[in-house]
Amino acid sequence: MGAGDIPGVTIVETEPAEQAPEVDARPRRMTLNMGPQHPSTHGVLRLLLELDGETIVASQPDIGYLHTGIEKEFEVKNYQQAVTLTDRIDYLAPLSNNLCYCLAVEKLLGIEIPPMAQWTRVMLTELTRLNSHLVWLGTHAIDIGAMSVFLYCFREREDILRIFEMYSGQRMMTSYFRIGGLALEPPRGWQKRVKTFIDVFPSRVDEYEELLTNNRIWIGRTQGVGRISLEDMLDLGVTGPMLRAAGLKWDMRKSQPYSSYEKFDFEVPTRTENDVYARYLVRIEEMRQSARIVKQALEGMPEGRWTADAPHVVLPEREKMKTQMEALIYHFKIVTEGFRVPAGEVYQTIESPRGEVGYYVVSDGTAKPYRVHVRGPSFGNLQAIPCMIQGTLIADVIASIGSMDFVLGDADR
Amino acid sequence: MIPDEVRSFPVVSALLDAAPPAVVLAGNFDRGELTVQIAAEHIVAVCSYLKQSQNFVRLSTVTGVDWYPQEPRFEVVYHLHSPERNERLRLKCRLAGTNPEINSVTPVWRGAGWYERETFDLFGIRFRNHPDLRRIMLPEDWEGYPLRKDYPVTGGRV
Repeated sequence: MGAGDIPGVTIVETEPAEQAPEVDARPRRMTLNMGPQHPSTHGVLRLLLELDGETIVASQPDIGYLHTGIEKEFEVKNYQQAVTLTDRIDYLAPLSNNLCYCLAVEKLLGIEIPPMAQWTRVMLTELTRLNSHLVWLGTHAIDIGAMSVFLYCFREREDILRIFEMYSGQRMMTSYFRIGGLALEPPRGWQKRVKTFIDVFPSRVDEYEELLTNNRIWIGRTQGVGRISLEDMLDLGVTGPMLRAAGLKWDMRKSQPYSSYEKFDFEVPTRTENDVYARYLVRIEEMRQSARIVKQALEGMPEGRWTADAPHVVLPEREKMKTQMEALIYHFKIVTEGFRVPAGEVYQTIESPRGEVGYYVVSDGTAKPYRVHVRGPSFGNLQAIPCMIQGTLIADVIASIGSMDFVLGDADR
Repeated sequence: MIPDEVRSFPVVSALLDAAPPAVVLAGNFDRGELTVQIAAEHIVAVCSYLKQSQNFVRLSTVTGVDWYPQEPRFEVVYHLHSPERNERLRLKCRLAGTNPEINSVTPVWRGAGWYERETFDLFGIRFRNHPDLRRIMLPEDWEGYPLRKDYPVTGGRV
C-alpha cells in the first residue's frame, strides 16, 4: 500500500538533498547558573558554570549580593561603636572579628591589656573557632548527604552559643570584646559552664569521626576531590585550613602570636593530601586543639581586672563616678565624643577559623576611624574557585566549595 | 626621604640597591610595621622584584584610602606577606584625584584581581592591564564610588 492511499495525506516529491545537512561538530557547551539562592552555596554565592557534558570547562563566581557598605559605616561611628559592625562581617566567627579590630585599635592607642582579659579573649575566640567549625562540618556533611552529622554538630553548637549568651547577653552578635578589654566582667559561674562543655567535647568529636572518617561513602565523595596546588593557592590569596591541608605549616597563632597565644600549648595540624578529605581531617584536628586551648585557659585563668588601666578609653566604674570628679569627666567625654586615637595606621592580622582576617585601620587623630579596610578570608578563598573546579565533574563542585568554608558576609562586607 | 631606621631593614636595603633612584620615595617604621612609598609607575616592577627575589609570595590585600581634599588625593595600599620570612610589608602609591590610574599587579599575583576590582568598584581607581575590571560588590549600573569621602553616607543615590 502506497502512502498516497491514506486520505488527507499527500506526498510531495522532493529532490534528494545533494549534501547531508551540516552537523555542528563543535562540542556542545551549556552554561549553568548555580545560586545565589542555592542552599549548598551557604549564603548568596552565585556560580556561573560552563559545562561540557558533566565536566566543568570554566566557571565564574559572582559575589556582592550581601554587600552592605560596612567599610563606609566605620567612618561615621566612633571607635568603640564600630565594634558592633565587626560582628556582622563574619557572622559565624563574630568574636574573631571583634578581637582583630580591637587589637588593631589598641595597637594605635598603645595600651596594654591585662592578662585576665587576654586569656578570656583567647578562650572565647577558640570557642568561636569550635562554633564555626561545627557549622562548617554539619553543613558540609549535609551537602554530601550525611544528614545526622548536622544534628550532632548543632547540639554542641547550642552549648557554645549558650556560653556566649551567658557572657554577653547575645548568642551571635556578641560584641563582647571592646577596645581596652572586655565589655563586662565575666559572669559568675562561667567556669562550671565552660568546664561541663569542654570535658565532654573531645568525646563528641570522636562521635563525628565515627560517623565520617571511615565511612566509605564519605571517603568516596571527598578523597582526591577539589585538588589545587599550593603555589596556586598562595598566588590566589587562599589562607587558613586550606593551606594547612596542602602541607604549609602556617598559623598566625604561632608565627606572630597575639593576645598571649604564645603561653598556650597546642599543635598546628597539617596534611599533605590536599583534597577535601584532608581539609576535613585538618579541621577535625583543629577542633581537638582548640578544646585543649580552652581547657588550658580555664585551668590557668589569671586573676585581675578585665579592662585596661586607660581612663581615657575605658568607661569608669559606676561607684567611682559617684565619688570622683575625674571619673565623671572621663565618663562624659567618652560617652559624648568618644576617645581620640593618635594618627597613624595599622594592619593587624589574626588567624580566624577560615584563615587570615586583617584589619587595616587608618586614624587621622580624631574620634572616628578615617578608614577601615577588612581583609576577609572568605574573599581571598572564593577567588580560587575557578582554579579548583576547572576540569572536574559537576557532582564534585558541592564538595569542593564546601571544603573552602566561606561565609558570604565576610566576602561581601 | 628614607630614615636610617628604615634603611636598616634587609628588604628595604635590597630594594634600594636593586631599584633605580626615584622608585622608592619614602619609608617609615611605626608601631612595628614597615611602610614603603613607591612611585606609582614602578609598582609592577617593585612587586615583581619583591616576589621573585625577596620571597614575598603572598599579597594579603590591596585597598585604597581617599585623602580628599588633599592632592594627590588617592593612596593605593598593598599589604605583602612572606610566610617563609614571617614578615609583612606595606607598599603605598599616591595617585592624583582626576582620572586615578595605576598598573595592575595581576601579572605578579593573580590574587590581586578581586582586590583591584573592589578598589575600582568603591574608589573609582582604574587598574591598567587588569584582565577583568568590572564592579564586584555593587550592581553594574551603579553610579559613583561609595568609599570616596565626597560620597554621602545617607540619602538617595547621587
